[in-house]
Amino acid sequence: MKKDNNPIWVLADQENCNLLAVTSQLVGQARILADVLETSVEVVLLGDGVQTHSEKLIAAGADRIYMGNDPELATYHPEIYTDLIVKLAKEHKPQIMLVGSTSTGRELAPLVAARLKTGLTAHCIDLGINQELLLEQKIPAYGGEITIVCPDKRPQMATVAQGVFSDPPPDEGRRGDVVSIQGPFLSSRRVQTLEVVMEEPAGIPLDTASCVLAGGAGAGDLNGWKQIAELATVLNAGLGCTRPAVDEGWAELETMIGQSGKMVSPDTYLGIGLSGEQQHMVGVAGAKVMIAINSDKKSPVFDQVDVGIVDDCQAFVAVLLEKIRQYKKQQVSCQ
Amino acid sequence: MFKIVVCVKAVPDPKEACNLKIDPVTKTLLRCDVSMVLNPLDKHALEAALQIKAETEAHVCVLSMGPPEAGSILKECMALGADEGILLSDPCFGGADAYATAYTLATGVQKIGAVDVVLCGMASSDGATEWVGPEMAIMLDLPVVTMAQEISMLDGESWEVKAARENGYRRMRVRLPALLTVTRDLNTPRALSFSGIIKARKKVITQWSLKDLGVPAEKVGIKGSPTIVTEMCAVENTRKVEFLEGTREEKAELLIQKLVEGGVL
Ligand SMILES: Cc1cc2nc3c(=O)[nH]c(=O)nc-3n(C[C@H](O)[C@H](O)[C@H](O)COP(=O)(O)OP(=O)(O)OC[C@H]3O[C@@H](n4cnc5c(N)ncnc54)[C@H](O)[C@@H]3O)c2cc1C
Ligand SMILES: Nc1ncnc2c1ncn2[C@@H]1O[C@H](COP(=O)(O)O)[C@@H](O)[C@H]1O
Repeated sequence: MKKDNNPIWVLADQENCNLLAVTSQLVGQARILADVLETSVEVVLLGDGVQTHSEKLIAAGADRIYMGNDPELATYHPEIYTDLIVKLAKEHKPQIMLVGSTSTGRELAPLVAARLKTGLTAHCIDLGINQELLLEQKIPAYGGEITIVCPDKRPQMATVAQGVFSDPPPDEGRRGDVVSIQGPFLSSRRVQTLEVVMEEPAGIPLDTASCVLAGGAGAGDLNGWKQIAELATVLNAGLGCTRPAVDEGWAELETMIGQSGKMVSPDTYLGIGLSGEQQHMVGVAGAKVMIAINSDKKSPVFDQVDVGIVDDCQAFVAVLLEKIRQYKKQQVSCQ
Repeated sequence: MFKIVVCVKAVPDPKEACNLKIDPVTKTLLRCDVSMVLNPLDKHALEAALQIKAETEAHVCVLSMGPPEAGSILKECMALGADEGILLSDPCFGGADAYATAYTLATGVQKIGAVDVVLCGMASSDGATEWVGPEMAIMLDLPVVTMAQEISMLDGESWEVKAARENGYRRMRVRLPALLTVTRDLNTPRALSFSGIIKARKKVITQWSLKDLGVPAEKVGIKGSPTIVTEMCAVENTRKVEFLEGTREEKAELLIQKLVEGGVL
C-alpha cells in the first residue's frame, strides 16, 4: 500500500491556560506512529495566552503547531472550535486525529468527526499502525480486547484518556514551526458558555495517590459504600469506583476508574466487591501490587490480582477497619 | 405544540452483560441469552421530557433504532408517559457504528419533523461511545450541550443548562431547537405504574424501515459505518493470585501485614 504523507494531528486541551497532560502524552504517541508512517505530527492549540505551550509540544514530538491565540478562543466553545478545526482539517487533510478523553474532547471529537463524515473510536487503550498502514485502535470489550480500524474515511479519529500513554521525555533540541491562526471566527452563537465553575475535588486525587481503593457493585448499599470510603480515608488512599457504583449514586462519575473513566497507576490497588471486568481493569493495569476482596472465589477478578481475599466485603471491611485502628494505636504507643 | 424526541436504546441488561464473553479459541463473541432493557441513562432523558410535558403540554416521542424486540422498551417508555413510539428497524440497520446510528436516528428525527428538542442519554451502557448525541446534532444542524445536570427553561426560545465537566461544571445557554445529552444527576426517573401499563397497551408503536426513511442502504448499518472491528482477542492474565486464608480476623491481619509491606500503612 502506498504511504500516505499526510500529517497526524493532536487536538490540544488546556484549562485556564494550563496544558493538560493528556495532550503531551498524545503528542508522544503520535510521534511514534508518525515515525512508522514517515510523516509529521501537528498540534492544534486553541486558547488565550497559550503561546508558551508550543515549545513544550515541539519538545514532546510535534513538528508544527497551529496556534489560535485569541480572547475569543479563551474557553472552549463547541461551535467556534468545531468550525475552526474542521476548516483547518479540510485544508491540511490529516490522516489521523487524536483527541484527549476530557469533557471538552468528548464533546468536540464527535462534532468534528460528524462534520468531516468520518469514524471516531472512543476511549482507546492502545494505538498502533498495522500492515496496511491503518491506525489500529484497541478497546477492551467482552472480557478481551477488540481492534477497530477506519479503512476509507479520513482522518482516522480516536479519543484516549489521560494516563494511557506515558509522558514523553522532552527533547529540547527538536525544531518545529508555529503557524498562527487568525480570526474572524464563526459568529453563529446558538450556544453560549455563561461560566465555567471549578470545584475542589474532595478526597485524595486518584491520579497521584500511591494507594487506590476501588469499590464496586458488591458494596451492596450506601452503608457498605460508606464503609469502603472510610477505609480509603484511614489508608490515606484515593477512592475510585466501577460504573455500577456511579449508577447507584454512591460515587461521582469523576471517580470511575477504567476505559471511559480515569487511568491510574498506584503502587497498591485494592478492589472491593468488583468483578474484574476489562473496562475497569484496564484503568489500573499499571498498579504494582493488586489486591481484591470478593465473596465469590470463582470471580474473574482473582485471575488478575496478586492477593485475594474471599469474603463478604461489608463484614470483612468492618473487621479490617477495627484492626487497622488497633494497629495505628499500637504504632503511636510504640513511638 | 412543543415537540420533544427522546432517543432510547435497548441494551443488554448491564447486570447480566458480563456473561457476554469472547471465545479465546474462535475469537468470536459467545452468544448467550441476555435480556434487553432500556439504557439506564435514557430513563433520565425520558424523565426530563415527561417533566417538561407536565409543565408545558409537550408532545413526547420516543425513538429507537434496533431489532423488532426493541419495541418492548418503547412500550415501557409509553407506559411511563411517552405519547408516541417509533422504532427504526430493518435488517440493513444492523452492525451500525456510532456514525451510522446517528445518521439513521437523525433521519428519523427529520421524518418526525418540527422537533423543538432532542434528548439523548450521555452514553449507552453497551456502546458507551457518547458520540451518538453530538453526531446527530451535527447531522440535524442543531446546537448541542452534552452532560446536562440541570435544565432551566428560560422561555420557549432558549434554555439554560448546567453541564458536568471534570472538577466542576459549565453553565450554558442554548437556543432552541437543540440537542442535549443528559447525566443521571438531572433527575430521578419515575417508576412504572399499573395504570400506565394498562394505558400503554392501547398505544401502538410505529415501525419505520429503510424504505420508509427513504435513504440509500449504503448510508446505514454496517455499510454506512466508517469504522469496522477487525479483531477480537482474549487478554492473558499475567498475575498469579495468593489467597489469604483463615478466619475473618486472621485474614484482616494478613492483609494489614501486606499493606505494611507495601508501604500503605
Ligand atoms: C464501552 C464500555 C465502557 C465501560 N467503561 C467502564 C469504566 O471505565 N469503568 C468501569 O468500572 N466500568 C466500565 N464499564 C462497565 C463494565 O463493563 C462493568 O459493567 C463494571 O466494571 C462492573 O462493575 P462491578 O465489578 O462493580 O460490578 P459487577 O460486575 O456486578 O460485580 C460485582 C462483584 O461483586 C461481588 N460481590 C457481590 N456481593 C459481594 C459481597 N457482599 N462482598 C464481596 N463481593 C461481593 C460479586 O461476586 C461480583 O464479582 C464499561 C462498559 C462498556 C460497555
Ligand atoms: N440504537 C439507538 N437507538 C436510539 N438511541 C440511541 C441508539 N444508540 C444510541 N442512542 C442514544 O445515544 C445515547 C448515547 O449512546 P452512545 O453514543 O452509544 O454512548 C444513548 O443514551 C441514546 O440516547
